[in-house]
Amino acid sequence: MGWAIALHGGAGDIPLSLPPERRLPREDALRHCLNIGVNALKSHQHALDVVELVVRELENHPNFNAGRGSVLTSSGTVEMEACIMDGNTKRCGAVSGLTTVVNPISLARLVMEKTPHIYLAFDGAEAFAREQGVDTVDSTHFITPENIERLKHAKEANRVQVSFSRFSVSDINLYNTALFLSFQLVTLYMTGQIDYTQPIQKEVKVETHAADGDSQIGTVGCVAVDNHGNLATATSTGGLVNKMVGRIGDTPVIGAGTYANNLCAVSATGKGEAIIRCTVARDVAALMEFKGLSLEEAAASVVESAPIGTVGLVAVSPSGEVTMPFNTTGMFRACATEDGYSEIGIWSSR
Amino acid sequence: MGGWAIAVHGGAGVDPNLPTERQEEAKHLLTHCLNLGISALRSNLSAIDVVELVVRELETDPLFNSGRGSALTEKGTVEMEASIMDGPKRRCGAVSGITTVKNPISLARLVMEKSPHSYLAFAGAEEFARNQGVELVDNDYFITEDNVGMLKLAKEANSILFDYRIPIVGLETCSAGAAATESPLQMNGLPISVYTPETVGCVVVDKEGRCAAATSTGGLMNKMTGRIGDSPLIGAGTYACDLCGVSCTGEGEAIIRGTLAREVGAVMEYKGLGLQEAVDYVVKERLDEGKAGLIAVSNNGEVACGFNTNGMFRGIASEDGFMEVAIWE
Repeated sequence: MGWAIALHGGAGDIPLSLPPERRLPREDALRHCLNIGVNALKSHQHALDVVELVVRELENHPNFNAGRGSVLTSSGTVEMEACIMDGNTKRCGAVSGLTTVVNPISLARLVMEKTPHIYLAFDGAEAFAREQGVDTVDSTHFITPENIERLKHAKEANRVQVSFSRFSVSDINLYNTALFLSFQLVTLYMTGQIDYTQPIQKEVKVETHAADGDSQIGTVGCVAVDNHGNLATATSTGGLVNKMVGRIGDTPVIGAGTYANNLCAVSATGKGEAIIRCTVARDVAALMEFKGLSLEEAAASVVESAPIGTVGLVAVSPSGEVTMPFNTTGMFRACATEDGYSEIGIWSSR
Repeated sequence: MGGWAIAVHGGAGVDPNLPTERQEEAKHLLTHCLNLGISALRSNLSAIDVVELVVRELETDPLFNSGRGSALTEKGTVEMEASIMDGPKRRCGAVSGITTVKNPISLARLVMEKSPHSYLAFAGAEEFARNQGVELVDNDYFITEDNVGMLKLAKEANSILFDYRIPIVGLETCSAGAAATESPLQMNGLPISVYTPETVGCVVVDKEGRCAAATSTGGLMNKMTGRIGDSPLIGAGTYACDLCGVSCTGEGEAIIRGTLAREVGAVMEYKGLGLQEAVDYVVKERLDEGKAGLIAVSNNGEVACGFNTNGMFRGIASEDGFMEVAIWE
C-alpha cells in the first residue's frame, strides 16, 4: 500500500518526428505537473484534491487541449468539458459547454459538491459558475494562435473531404479514414508552407504529421491513490478540432472518459465516440470486479478490444499499482509511485 | 435463437395514491405503444427502427415525462434529452438541452447517423435539428398545465436544491408539506406526489437477434437549467450491445454513478449471467441507496424488468405470445 499517481496529456497519432519545440514543452509540463501531484500526495492531501490540483495545472498549460489551449469548434469558439469522480463514494461531477471558466475541473467538483445534480452544461453551467464565484475570463483567453491555425487546417481538410461525401460514410472508421486521406490531400495544396525537395509521396507523410500530427490530441487527465487508499480521477478537454458546436465527447461521461470506484481510478483519452461506445473507463473496473482481473490485465484488455488508434488511458489501484496502456501511436503520460518509480513518456518503449 | 421481444417503460417511482383513472390512462398508453412495437416487429422492422418509433409515440403523448408533457426546469421551461443505441455495432446518438424539437429521440438517431459525433447538446443540437429539417415546435407546446402545477408544488417543497438524502423538514405550513406527510415516499428529494419520474424508454430485440435501446426524458421537475441526467448518457440510462439492450429510469444521479445500463451488459459478458439474473443483480448491487428501474432484452429473445422503487410503468411482450402491462410489483 502506498500512494501512486498517473497523468496524461492525450493519446493519438503522435508522429515519431514530433519536433523538439512541440515535444519538450509538453514533457516539461508533464514533469512539472507530476511533481505537483507527488508533493501533494507526500503532504497527505486526499486523492480527490490531488487530481483536481494536477488537472488545474494541466488546464493552465497552453500546450494541452484543455482550459487555455483548448481546440476550437467549427465556429472558432471554445467549448470545454471536464469530469471528476471520487472512488470510495462514487460521487462525481461533470460540466460541458464551458466558455469562460478558467478551470473547468474545479467547476465539475463544485457541481459534485454544491448541487443535487452530477452534470451541468452550457448556459446553466456558466450561470452556476457565476453563482459560485469561480474565476472566469473572456473566452478569447483560451484561444491560442496555434489552435486558430489548427482549425484553419481542419476546415481546409473538410472542404477537400466533400469529395468523399458521396460514399455516404456512416461508419466512423470509414469517416476517419476519409478524414486522414483528406489531410493528405490538403497538404498537396499547401505548397506555400513547405519546400518540396523529396519525392511527393514521402513529403506528403511528413507534411501531414507536421501540419496536423498532434492537433487532435491533448485531453488531460489525472488519477491518484493516496496513502489511505482513496482513489480519484479527473479529466478535462477542449474536445475535437472543428467539432460541431454543442458536441459532447467522452470526457464528461461517467464510465466513458472518466470513472473511479473502490477498485480503480481511470481517465481515458483518444477518439471520444469510440470511448463512449466501449464505455472504456467503467469497463476497466468491471473486468476487475466481475472477472477478477488485475488492474494491468483489465486495462490492457479494454484497450486491446477497442478499435486500433482510438484509446489510451491511465489507471491506478488502491494498492498503488499504475498502468498506462494505449493503442494509438503515442500518449503523453507520466506516473510516479511511493516506492520511487517514475516515468515520463510519449511513445511505446517497446 | 428466440424470437422478437419488446419492453417499454414510462418511469419508475410511482405515487401509491396515484388516482385510478391516471393509472388506467398510463396502462392504456403503454398497451398502445407495445402494440405499435409488436406490429412493427411483425412487419420485420429492425430493432433500432422499432425503439425509435415507440419512443416517438411516447414523446408525442403528453402523459409521461418526455416530449410533450416534459417536466419543467426551475425557470419553467422545457429542456429535453434522449439517447438511442444500436446493439450490433454499438452505434449511438444522444441529445440534451432540446427546447424546440418535437421528437428528441429522432434527433438522437440523426446525431448517430448524420453527424461525426455521438452527442450534441443545447444550441448546437438545436442548430443541427434545423439543418436536418426535423419537425420543430414552440417550447410552449411541451408545457402542460399539469406540469406548471407540479413545478409550483416542487418550488414550495424547495426540495431539490437540498441534499436529497436529508429529510425535508419544516414544510408543515405549505401545501407540498401536506403532500409530503400524506406520502412519505420520496424520489430525488421530492415528495413522490410531486416528483415526475416518467422518463420513457423502449428496448427491442428483433427476429435477427439485434438489440436496441432508446430513452427520452424531460428530466427532473424544478431542475437547474443545464442539468444533464442519466437518459442521454450511454452506459447510464441507455445501452445496447450484441448481448442486450437496456433502458433505465429513476434517480438519475444514482443511475449515472452505477453506470446502470452498461452493468447489465457487463455482468452478462464478464460473469456469464442470464438476462433476468443480470437485471436483478444490477438493481440489487449497483444502486447503493438510489432508487431506479430498468427494462432489458437479450439477443436470444428474453425480456426482463427490475426496479427497487415503488412501482414502474411498464409493458413487455415477446413473440411466444406473452404480454404484460403493469405498474406495481
